Amino acid sequence: MSTPSLKKGAPLAEGKRETFSSRKLFILSAIGSAVGLGNIWRFPYVAYENGGGAFLIPYLVAILCAGIPLLFLDYAIGHRYRGSAPLAYRRASRKAEVLGWWQVLICFVIAIYYAAIIAWAAMYCWFSITKAWGDDAATFFMEDFLQVAPEAGVSLDIVGGVFGPMLGVWLVAIIIMVAGVNKGISRANGIFMPLLIVMFVILVVQSVFLPGAIDGLNAFFTPNFEALQNPGVWAAAFGHIFFSLSVAFGIMVTYSSYMKRKSDLTGSGYVVAFANSSFELLAGIGVFAALGFMAYNANSAVGDVATSGIGLAFIAFPTIVSAAPFGSVIGVLFFGSLVFAGLTSLISILEVIVAAFQDKLGWNRKSATLVVTVPVAFISMVLFPTTTGLYLLDTMDAFVNQFGILACALVIVIVFGAGLGMLPRLAKHLNRHSSIKLGTGWMVLVGGVGPAALGYMLINEVQTKISESYSGYPVWFNGVFGWGMAGALIVGAVLMSLVPWSKKSKLNDPEFEEHQQKVEAEELPDPVGKEY
Amino acid sequence: MSGIAITFMIISMLTIWGGLALSLWNLSRHPEKQDDDIELAPTGNE
Repeated sequence: MSTPSLKKGAPLAEGKRETFSSRKLFILSAIGSAVGLGNIWRFPYVAYENGGGAFLIPYLVAILCAGIPLLFLDYAIGHRYRGSAPLAYRRASRKAEVLGWWQVLICFVIAIYYAAIIAWAAMYCWFSITKAWGDDAATFFMEDFLQVAPEAGVSLDIVGGVFGPMLGVWLVAIIIMVAGVNKGISRANGIFMPLLIVMFVILVVQSVFLPGAIDGLNAFFTPNFEALQNPGVWAAAFGHIFFSLSVAFGIMVTYSSYMKRKSDLTGSGYVVAFANSSFELLAGIGVFAALGFMAYNANSAVGDVATSGIGLAFIAFPTIVSAAPFGSVIGVLFFGSLVFAGLTSLISILEVIVAAFQDKLGWNRKSATLVVTVPVAFISMVLFPTTTGLYLLDTMDAFVNQFGILACALVIVIVFGAGLGMLPRLAKHLNRHSSIKLGTGWMVLVGGVGPAALGYMLINEVQTKISESYSGYPVWFNGVFGWGMAGALIVGAVLMSLVPWSKKSKLNDPEFEEHQQKVEAEELPDPVGKEY
Repeated sequence: MSGIAITFMIISMLTIWGGLALSLWNLSRHPEKQDDDIELAPTGNE
């Protein structure tokens, strides 16, 4: 059968939709997306705070009952309907397009602040060599490096030391995105991921030999079984897995749309999920070994120095780098790992936006990428390398996670499960060529356990955020950049879904019609009495 | 490290890293299929 030619004029997409050239490259790219800053700076503390070694139990339950089933939902939608999030959802149901644009806008918000953190990490890689923070890493970070304004607000006072590296991060990201799925995304992950793993393993090995490391590991792995009776601990496990696996961001929908038709979707998904967790466990060991050394050095308990997020990376770790033997090596490896883990995730976040516009406009890769990434980079460069960038980042991150991703995920599982009743069809699609077959169990997990877990987390978050002003910032600040931003994403998504698809767009793609026929021809008949 | 911490460290490594090894083994048993875009009809043996 001949390939439909779409070569009509310069900006139009040429030829076929790109696919990952091999399964290995898809898996590597999906792991690159899933393994991000959260694996390194969030998981160790979440596990420590929620039962230590005993956290393994809710963690594994969350992976198997929610993380992997939701990952498969993303894979099924993206691969079956072969499009970016808005296009794939629209092909599934005309009314569902709005959910795709919601995810695109969520990814836009994440991308603009994520680039800032990568830039900080890149600078700290350099600072590690000279230990530029001196004796007081906290003062250096807040006052010398970020020059944080005394009060939360919006300032356009640019901080040169952050602006330069952010520009660098955006240039690298744009070059990768322009190059496309195979020459850009695959190649970048093919280089950065092995490098990240090697660097991180060396870091962990070095950390466990530091004095006091054993005490850190003892604190990390000692189980507190009473914690398992606390529903908050189970919610923390489900919440962490959900964010860590990058489900419901639109990323996995987009990436799976680039997989070949006969791909083993479930087999690949298990590898991605367990690789993500494997990296987290390694990070837990490395981080707590280093924190054990920090406590040993300060003559305090591990619990007193344990922390997560920005505080762990940019205050605790520099303190460790200053005191440890071969500290500069630890610093370069740690911050280098943050850069690579962050960059591979940023690429996947940007791909959600680029692919959506590429499909809607029907433009070629280069034009669509530039029309999307340059304005995104510009907004990012105006808001974040400023004296108020840290406040904005903090509020936007907290609200987009909870009232963007979490809320959107809840709506998606309800819409695709109960609303459209599509789970049997999607299971059938996944089972065509997959090594691990899905049946009623998967549908119960996605349609029942998924909404219950996500709903519980969302209600908890709404109660917390309503009852107190986030981080103690002024009400107007959280109102505009927290609640307002989260609401604007929904309004924006509705507006975007009202913009009609032109004739040039990928909605009318003969290649998809052909794909659809082949996929339906490959579907297995309904199972008779045998399900997994 | 206490005995129970060591035990939980080993269980964590076995389940998570073991899970990765198992899923890689499963994938290696199912080699990648190529999209043969020549015929539309199902072959019936896939």
